[in-house]
Amino acid sequence: MNNILNQIGIENYIFLCVILFCIGVFGVLYRRNAIIVFMSIEIMLNAVNLLFVAFSTYHQDAQGQVFVFFSMAVAAAEVAVGLAILVSIFRSIGSIDIDNLKNLKG
Amino acid sequence: MNTFLLLFSVLSAITLATAFLTIFTKNPIHSAIYLVICFSSITGHYLLLNAQFLGIVNFIVYTGAIMVLFLFTLMLMNLNKEDEVHKPRVTRLAAVVLFCVMCLVLLAIFINSKPIVGDYDSIGEDYQSTKVLGRVLLNEYMLPFEYVSILLLVAMIGVVLLSKKEKSGK
Repeated sequence: MNNILNQIGIENYIFLCVILFCIGVFGVLYRRNAIIVFMSIEIMLNAVNLLFVAFSTYHQDAQGQVFVFFSMAVAAAEVAVGLAILVSIFRSIGSIDIDNLKNLKG
Repeated sequence: MNTFLLLFSVLSAITLATAFLTIFTKNPIHSAIYLVICFSSITGHYLLLNAQFLGIVNFIVYTGAIMVLFLFTLMLMNLNKEDEVHKPRVTRLAAVVLFCVMCLVLLAIFINSKPIVGDYDSIGEDYQSTKVLGRVLLNEYMLPFEYVSILLLVAMIGVVLLSKKEKSGK
């Protein structure tokens, strides 16, 4: 039976996911807009999910894909709660610039 | 270079380029649009790996639900303007340096590591169709599956409570 990894190779997937994850980290550090920071976190989650699926194909086991399914559900819940928190921050402060959120600083 | 490798390269280029553009674009709405393209190309990767169920789920959940959520929040806050101030130059430089170093270290680790299984022989049995996936999900992972539904319910209630307007008398 023909496996797709014969043509591509697992290394290429690992390199792609590493670079994608690093882009996500970079976005978290680089931007001040809290929504863009959230988007960067989504990019990181997607990089890990893609690597899970690649290794699920590599080991020919369905459990990796089941785990990705759960991680997507958790990501959806996380985004919904996070955006609701951002909306309420925006209502009380008037901006979502993460460098302005210094109320807890002593 | 064979067809699959070419397809993989094109998809990877789209993924990485749009991920970078998501971060570097000034307008948050444009960032969201680039993120949609990025997630769609990741769906393409899933379909390339023949994981049909996850490809469709990724498309529906990420490019459908989560992106609509992002866009609604952006429009609710009226942030579709380009007046964001940059971080201080030292912080941005540190971010770039950290990105380069992290990429270098992780790539070096993975280039030097050897896989345990050498070749990709297929056992010829179906392991990732929707039928098999559903069987695994509802037999071995029945309990986590139910917990996920409770998690989504709790998240929904939490979102409604958080985004409800507080009474002004409080």
